[in-house]
Amino acid sequence: MRNKTMIPMIFALPVVQLVILVNAATLDMRNIDLIIVNNDHSTFSTELSVRFSRSPFFTVVSNNLSAEEAEKEMLVNNADMILVIPQDFEKQAYKQGKAELQVQIDAINGMTAGLINGYAMQIIRDFYIETLGESGPGALAGQGPKTISIDHRFWYNDELNFKFYMVPGILAILLTVIGMFLASLNLVREKEIGTIEQINVTPIRKYQFIIGKLLPFWIISMFELVIGLIIGKLLFNLPIEGSLLLLFAFAALYLIAVLGIGLFISTVSQTQQQAQFLNFFLLVTFVMLSGIFTPAESMPHWAQDVNLVNPLAYFIRVNRMILLKGSGFADIASDFAAMAFMAVTLTALATWRYRKTS
Amino acid sequence: MKQFLGFVKKEFIHIFRDVKTLVVLFGLPVAQILIFGFVIRNEIEDVNIAILDKSKDQVTFDLTGRLLASGFFRIDRYLVSEAEADELFKTGRIREVVIFGENFAEKLERENNASIQLLADASDPNSARMIVSYTQAIFASYLEEMNRESRIPLTIHAPVRMMYNADLKSAFMFVPGTMALVLMLVSAMMTSISITREKETGTMEALLVSPLRPVQIIAGKVTPYILLSFINAAIIILMGYFIFRLPIRGSLLLLFGETVLFISLALSLGIMISTASKTQVVAMFVAAFALLLPTLLLSGFIFPVENMPKILQWLCQIMPPKYFITIIKNIMLKGTGLAEVWKETLILTAMLLFFLGVSAVRFKVRLQ
Repeated sequence: MRNKTMIPMIFALPVVQLVILVNAATLDMRNIDLIIVNNDHSTFSTELSVRFSRSPFFTVVSNNLSAEEAEKEMLVNNADMILVIPQDFEKQAYKQGKAELQVQIDAINGMTAGLINGYAMQIIRDFYIETLGESGPGALAGQGPKTISIDHRFWYNDELNFKFYMVPGILAILLTVIGMFLASLNLVREKEIGTIEQINVTPIRKYQFIIGKLLPFWIISMFELVIGLIIGKLLFNLPIEGSLLLLFAFAALYLIAVLGIGLFISTVSQTQQQAQFLNFFLLVTFVMLSGIFTPAESMPHWAQDVNLVNPLAYFIRVNRMILLKGSGFADIASDFAAMAFMAVTLTALATWRYRKTS
Repeated sequence: MKQFLGFVKKEFIHIFRDVKTLVVLFGLPVAQILIFGFVIRNEIEDVNIAILDKSKDQVTFDLTGRLLASGFFRIDRYLVSEAEADELFKTGRIREVVIFGENFAEKLERENNASIQLLADASDPNSARMIVSYTQAIFASYLEEMNRESRIPLTIHAPVRMMYNADLKSAFMFVPGTMALVLMLVSAMMTSISITREKETGTMEALLVSPLRPVQIIAGKVTPYILLSFINAAIIILMGYFIFRLPIRGSLLLLFGETVLFISLALSLGIMISTASKTQVVAMFVAAFALLLPTLLLSGFIFPVENMPKILQWLCQIMPPKYFITIIKNIMLKGTGLAEVWKETLILTAMLLFFLGVSAVRFKVRLQ
């Protein structure tokens, strides 16, 4: 802890990261660049265009290009979506009761393409349903078709604020980085510069040494969680529905598991470079499998099985459940049991390995 | 020159002796591409839902059947009252509750309108939105079939073409992004650590008094990493091509040139970091926080830049990976040529010169 450059880094960087990353990691689609190719120029088609330009999700960047020109714009990333309204759009709607539109979406990022598609279809559907009721081409004549009114409510996050979803996740990752990286690097550093030999010849017992080494990191990480939650509350207005005590209890267990992993990494690495790479490898795998960006349920079954031994998956899930939904101990009892098991096994394994190698 | 070659050889031996790091170095991109490509799905599947059926008639049975048959949903249980919803959401077992109103079939027959309420767990907002819209679509298609006999005044058909990636494969965005990430990791992080280690262990002084010129020392340090980075880039592209059928629509030569440019850029960044750090831990922290997370999140790799607040959008403009990812996507997936990516190329070149300049100045200062 004497290392002066490390102290501000331990505290300042995560804060900066939390603020930046939560704002950056957003799938709240705004400003979708849309090019409308309107070949019809009728009242009907204008009305549809207006609906898109009024939507908060779309920014109409152009509406007087040809279809070929529009595709060229998409090629150089100036358009995320192209809506082609064909000639005779209105005429066909009146005469045949059938109208055709064409939608093209830049789908290189499949996740956002799916969302853009959802927004666009919603606007077209609303447009269609409302023109049914009005005196437009779709006006109902006599006995109308059957309808089902579907009302939907979004619980726990009715404005669908993506930041509420990301803050608990990013917080979990930061804690992991601090715990796992700092602990393993610190121990390997002793090995690398040779001071570990000096400690090995002192009468201190191995477990005392390990606890003495890991406890400061455990405390720093817990402190990190407090800072993170305060930032989340102040800056992002993060709801804290459940019991903080429960959250900290779970975090305490989680950190023991993480420090255990860090210790384990240090026993298998000779240099800090090696340790860092193992850290990084594990972290990326944990993060990607944890379902931080995409729901874990839609992953293939083998990946879900892997998640049974992925501590980060538990922590992110529990974090979200306690903070956003206010889940109580009974709801996450099985997660607690699993985490306690992992904490004990990992630290035991690491301590055992540690004795053998040093 | 002979001394220089000897030094490069020594560095190679250093790297190849460390088998563990090598395994991670090559295992990392392979594992990442596989995980990203197979695990990250853009569609929902097997989502657990609960049903509260206040009517229990033929129509609601049919609708429930439709939900099940779609493959998107699995029915976890049937509820008897709305009060159970909150409890269930809190355990995280289910993501949506579908509530059929009373006298569903009768109302639909007599009044032409029946009602359904959907409750979605929006603690995951995007999935909630998707789940709700999938559910609505299933009910809408049922209704359409029901109405087939009666005259519908107007239908609007809007087929969607997913450009450049018809199947919405996630590999299309992960392969270019992972390339940027791995090149950053290997080139910038490895170099900075390797140079800082010489400083920390005190061997840098020994190197500096050797007949090698400082430029040669640095060049010797980075040469092996250029090779490693290149092999990694090739592995990633080949995996994308053979496993995920990722097309390479543009010029391979251009792709090669841009990759070399980016590798040089990452190496120069690594050198710059090493001139500023005293210990390996500091170098790693700077590399991890200043290079890796921005590569993941401030580059348009996963999250589009346009969605971010203005100030972050500006920050993204100075992130080298952003330009590289754009270039790679354009060349590989859209098949564009240099004419469409010259701007990005120019920016990367300017950044490269800047980083080299700064490191050169800093390195000289240190020597005095």
